[in-house]
Amino acid sequence: MELNEMHIDVLKEIGNIGAGNAATSLSQMLSKRIDMNVPEVSLLDYDDIIQSIGGAENVVVGILVSFDGDIDGIIMFLLKKEFVHLILNSLLGTELNSFEDISEMEMSALSEIGNIMVSSYVSTISSLTNMRIDISVPSLNIDMSGALLDAVTAGFSEVADKAIFIKEKYFCQDETVYSHMLLLPSATSLKILLKRFGIDI
Amino acid sequence: MSNEVNVGISDMKIVNIPEGLISYALGSCVGICVIDKMAQIAGMAHIMLPYNNNADKTNIFKYADTGITEMIKQMELLGGLRPRMVAKIAGGARMFEIKGSSTIGNIGERNIAAARETLQSLRIKLFAEDVGENYGRTIIFDSNTGRLTIKSFGKNLKII
Repeated sequence: MELNEMHIDVLKEIGNIGAGNAATSLSQMLSKRIDMNVPEVSLLDYDDIIQSIGGAENVVVGILVSFDGDIDGIIMFLLKKEFVHLILNSLLGTELNSFEDISEMEMSALSEIGNIMVSSYVSTISSLTNMRIDISVPSLNIDMSGALLDAVTAGFSEVADKAIFIKEKYFCQDETVYSHMLLLPSATSLKILLKRFGIDI
Repeated sequence: MSNEVNVGISDMKIVNIPEGLISYALGSCVGICVIDKMAQIAGMAHIMLPYNNNADKTNIFKYADTGITEMIKQMELLGGLRPRMVAKIAGGARMFEIKGSSTIGNIGERNIAAARETLQSLRIKLFAEDVGENYGRTIIFDSNTGRLTIKSFGKNLKII
């Protein structure tokens, strides 16, 4: 399936609206004022995504959620160390020196944050398009970004070789952190989604 | 072995001994290393999916079946002989546990099975493997010694 400029614009807009709400829930959860820029939304392939999160061997947190209902697909959050530190420090008051020292409690806190951000994202799309979308329990792993991404890429490579990649920049007190999110609807879902916005594909 | 030749995702490289080969951060992907010491050549393929069902000709190295078969064919053209070749494989992890999305869940397992099966059908001896589990692997193949070094996050180096 070939996506043209107009399709990409719609997907970017969906990415934008969802991301704004996800940031709001993050802000509420951490009880911190969090400002954000307009997120960068792009269609990227595996290699580009790897590059933009610091290379294949860079260790990050990956949170994977699948969704189904009127449309199905997956969403993956990729969080670099600075972002994880901000979350854990605000929620639990802990200092994260290295991913190797992360505790079970910190992992479940991250998982919960991922869940809430994905939920608010998905519910935005859901109410915007008037579709029912259910999300799965999140699955979390900390590993090299290349390894976290290849299964996801493989699972969808017969559908599309690119994913909707949403990079958000947050400002919290004197810190600037980024979150990265991948949105991979299935081919049929992508068509349905675009159709709801008045575009036939 | 200092400057290894990099094998990207859905790619394959053949080198002359003693050159090394490296593939970064395999998750559910599988790395297949084959060596023929007499012919002084070694190859590494980094596959992402088990079978090339749609006979995709543009990305043959994306799949275990067509990728391994083509690597062996190219090694034979360089003087390799299948009875002398030995293989080592690594990767095929299950990085995420997702209910309802079995494609992503068991893709690693299916890749391992397809790699083993293809090697077997080509009658190439599978000498060692480090597969499955839930963590990523960077693999470095030293063609001089035939050793495959596996680097993973938060774990000791492993050599097979």
